[in-house]
Amino acid sequence: MSSSFLLLALIAILYTCGVYLLLDRSLTRVLLGVLVLGNATNLLVISAGGPFGAAALVGRAPESAMSDALVQALVLTAIVITLGVAAFLLSIIHRTWSLDREDDLTVDTEDRSVRRRLARDEQIDEDEFDTTGCEQTSDTDDEHTDRASRADAAGAQA
Amino acid sequence: MLVLLAVHAAAALLAPVLVRSLGRSAFLGLALVPAAGFAYVLTRLPVVLDGGEVTDGFTWIPALGVDVAVRLDALSAVLSLLVTGVGALVVLYCARYFTPSSGGLPRFAGVLLAFAGAMLALVWADDVVVLYVSWELTTIFSFLLVGQDAHKRASRAAAMQALTITAAGGLTMLVGLVVLAEAAGTYRLSGIVAVGPSLGGAAVTAGVICVLVGALSKSALIPFHFWLPSAMAAPTPVSAFLHAAAMVKAGVYLVLRLAPGFADDPGWRPVVAIAAGATMLLGGIVAARQTDLKLLLAHGTVSQLGFMILLAGAGTRDAALAAIGLVVAHALFKSALFLSVGVIDRCAGTRDLRELSGLGRRAPALAIAATLAAASMAGIPPLLGFVTKEGAFEAFLHRAYGPFAEVLLAVVVLGSVLTVAYSARFVLGAFTDVFTTDARTEWIRPGALFLGAPVLLGLASLVAGPAIPGIAPLLTRYADTLAASYPTPLELKLWPGLTVAFGLSVLAIVLGLVLAWPRVAARAAAVRPLHAVRSEVTWRALVHAVENGALRVTAQTQRGSLAVVLCTILGVLVAGPGVVLIASGALGEVRVDRVADSPAQVVAAVLAVASTVAAARAKRRLAAVLLVGGLGYAVAVIFALAGAPDVALTQALVETMTLVVVVLVLRRLPADITEHHSPRRRLARLLIAAPIGVLVALLGATALGARTAEPVSQAFPSQAYGFGAGQNVVNVTLVDIRAWDTIGELSVLLAAATGVASLVFLDRRTGTPPGGTRRRRRAPVGPGPVAGSGWLRGPTLERLARQLRPGPRVTERTLLLEVVTRLVFPTIMVLSIYFLFAGHNAPGGGFAGGLLAGLALVVRYVAGGRYELGEAAPVEAGTLLGTGLLLAGLSGAAGLLFGGEVLQTWVLEGEVPVLGHVKFVSSLIFDVGVYLIVVGLVLDVLRSLGAELDRLGDTPGPSNAPTRQPVGAEKEARA
Repeated sequence: MSSSFLLLALIAILYTCGVYLLLDRSLTRVLLGVLVLGNATNLLVISAGGPFGAAALVGRAPESAMSDALVQALVLTAIVITLGVAAFLLSIIHRTWSLDREDDLTVDTEDRSVRRRLARDEQIDEDEFDTTGCEQTSDTDDEHTDRASRADAAGAQA
Repeated sequence: MLVLLAVHAAAALLAPVLVRSLGRSAFLGLALVPAAGFAYVLTRLPVVLDGGEVTDGFTWIPALGVDVAVRLDALSAVLSLLVTGVGALVVLYCARYFTPSSGGLPRFAGVLLAFAGAMLALVWADDVVVLYVSWELTTIFSFLLVGQDAHKRASRAAAMQALTITAAGGLTMLVGLVVLAEAAGTYRLSGIVAVGPSLGGAAVTAGVICVLVGALSKSALIPFHFWLPSAMAAPTPVSAFLHAAAMVKAGVYLVLRLAPGFADDPGWRPVVAIAAGATMLLGGIVAARQTDLKLLLAHGTVSQLGFMILLAGAGTRDAALAAIGLVVAHALFKSALFLSVGVIDRCAGTRDLRELSGLGRRAPALAIAATLAAASMAGIPPLLGFVTKEGAFEAFLHRAYGPFAEVLLAVVVLGSVLTVAYSARFVLGAFTDVFTTDARTEWIRPGALFLGAPVLLGLASLVAGPAIPGIAPLLTRYADTLAASYPTPLELKLWPGLTVAFGLSVLAIVLGLVLAWPRVAARAAAVRPLHAVRSEVTWRALVHAVENGALRVTAQTQRGSLAVVLCTILGVLVAGPGVVLIASGALGEVRVDRVADSPAQVVAAVLAVASTVAAARAKRRLAAVLLVGGLGYAVAVIFALAGAPDVALTQALVETMTLVVVVLVLRRLPADITEHHSPRRRLARLLIAAPIGVLVALLGATALGARTAEPVSQAFPSQAYGFGAGQNVVNVTLVDIRAWDTIGELSVLLAAATGVASLVFLDRRTGTPPGGTRRRRRAPVGPGPVAGSGWLRGPTLERLARQLRPGPRVTERTLLLEVVTRLVFPTIMVLSIYFLFAGHNAPGGGFAGGLLAGLALVVRYVAGGRYELGEAAPVEAGTLLGTGLLLAGLSGAAGLLFGGEVLQTWVLEGEVPVLGHVKFVSSLIFDVGVYLIVVGLVLDVLRSLGAELDRLGDTPGPSNAPTRQPVGAEKEARA
């Protein structure tokens, strides 16, 4: 099957602009990049369905002349999901703005802290793996220790 | 047999309920379950003694030859009697061990019963996959039982350690079992063992070693021995059951089970002899030094497990007989001892032998029972332990392990000396004043039920010795499956006569008692030859290394910059598929036969390109957003021209919605986008982006050109009408043909909506309808707005609110917009419902309908502000989302009710008065679900990004950082 030059060129340009925007530090531009990439991808998927034809409505056109319905269904849900993703990104922009008064991508502090920990040779919760201490652990060194509850136990058996 | 396993499972599920309602006494009833298993095995003993076997099962995975198969032969019978018998007593004991106020008892009861069932399945399993599954089940339940006191760090750590080691061993074992099963050509355990001797080669040896690793790890042999003492953090009944009678015996069982088939494999005996012999000595040495009675027993168990596996792995008849005898003896005396320690711990408040004094006088019954058990452990006549230890010495004299018999006999005798030593230390420490300076330990008399289990088990050790002629046939039945190594076969006898073995026993007892004498023991304890060799240190170093490695990898790959990560991903895209695309010459296949499909498409594409390029260069935030919106509309036109009216409709609606939502948020941000990048950086970004764009387009074209198969969607139109009863193929695809996809996508929408709400509403899941009924009732003055027409009264309220509490921002509203809203809102809603219903046969459907209804809400919100939104949609967004997904799921399940598959469409058709011929298609319900979820998403977004942001903006106070005090701000607003 073949494709039209116009759509290919359009997809190429949209992807270029989308990636260009995505690589910006401003979160607004990142959001715009995601939207552009979403449109570009939807076009790519639609054009992958083969030659365009009539609307996929049974009875209004012969089946052989219809456009591919599967890619349309895929793109339709993708469009709505892009809305959800855009809303999510927007709320991230809102959070970033209200906390830092900027809409920039900053360096991930979590990643930084990993490197800091490595530099200091720290471990995640090292003590969790220390079982040497439990050799001294008695059954009765928790809340059941108190004599009262033991008396209670013995009394209940009598 | 399977019924009994099912009963265990049911009891495990029921146990929490029983314990919750009846308290700890529920254990009394629960003990009946393992007791029933015990009784069942007893009734089947005649069959087993005759050399027969009881089997049960059904086909599980025929394609792999895997069945749920259980089998009861002599070995399984012995083990299952121990598991169920000791299990029943331990469950009984739990009824008094725990105080009524103990936490987590319901869960504990369930897990304990589940463990008993899993253990029974393990010793009954005749299929290696079933064996493995029950093996890992015991591991998991053991993890839960050891970690019973989850608030204690030691408990958690011990449980984690036991889980890691035994699960790793179990996985290794699985590999080995599969190798052996494939070599043998069957997954039946009995079949594998039967053909075992004829198998050979490196693969089988590797498989054998893998299985042994599993057995050794489960039975806590060197180098895995350290998890067992750590696991003593578990409650004592758990230690008695899991770490004495049942779970650790699984390794011994596996060795016994496989020995007839694989003992002659070159990998078998060296591994078993070295690990087991070393474990027996090390465990004994460490045990003889302990001051904590429970730890003494734990290390003693490690030593005894080494002893058992050493015998079990010999692969000769006599050694096997001694081994299985020792398994019985050990289960009896060790569980009795653990349970006694539990009584001491509960009633004296300590189990340190330096603090215990005079218990022998005050608890004579306990003292006698525990002393009997300890004597059995030490191998003193006439107890069962003596009989089996004699048998063990005899087995080595009968040349088990061939040329190494003498060396190993020396090891075993030395191990026995240590066993006598720590047995004596246990008795002296627990019941006499030898080790203590305290005058008197406090002692609360235990009840009869509490004492029952340990006393019964202690007496069993005594009775079983003289009763050995009755027990021996069952044990011999298993042992006879192995080749004899000596002309005269070994018999287990109470009085063997004055043989070499008896002399060794006496020697061991005398030396052991000397070693146990406190002054000798104290001097011996000062010598710590193996102090440096501590596996737990290695273990921690290993864990440390893994952690450190993970940190290093993370630090190397996660540099903290999104751009770097993106560039890596994009670079891989270019370097991988891109290079392949060029190298493979697939580009030659691409055929571009037309410039465009229609003139209108050219116009739309030019618009799209123009707006995108402009958006990428735009400095003003709003302009960039509007330009991207323009791109969206242009793409919608392209969709419409491409014969995709549904997609075009959805695209146009979504684009409108996105524009509104983006503007809602961005109005709070500065008008200009901050430019962070120098022109050179921007050029670099363009140089990265351009190849990606070209590559993706080429990939798309190549994929299209390379297409050879008929598209799967070829048959969609006929299916849509035939099965889905709809003319709109795209809609039927969404709600029927590929409805599973849609369910997944709906879940994504739900997650996105929840994410939005939780990022904006910091203290709640979602916004309640602002200005709902509650607010209206509270409105202090003004009959006008309250008694009004019910349309657009929100604004009046808001104006009122502004008079009462002047905010910094005043929403300007236009009369024109209000009038238009009044006119269009009902129209849009009707149209959206029409889309919903007509979508099955004409463009529309749940997505488009929902978006349109959402736009109607947007109009109300824009015209009237947040209170108006509350008036327009007085429901929680979460309710809509949840109802929608529920409807979609239910309509899917309804397909089952009508005798079809999940999500299958069914049609109701008939004549209805007035309406005429009506055809109802069940996927409409699914579409209603879609509709509700989309409306819910829009509502959630409007509530969060619209109304809540308004509220934060309106709230008096430091307006420069509104969300820093969201809670306080909200209180103020409510006040």
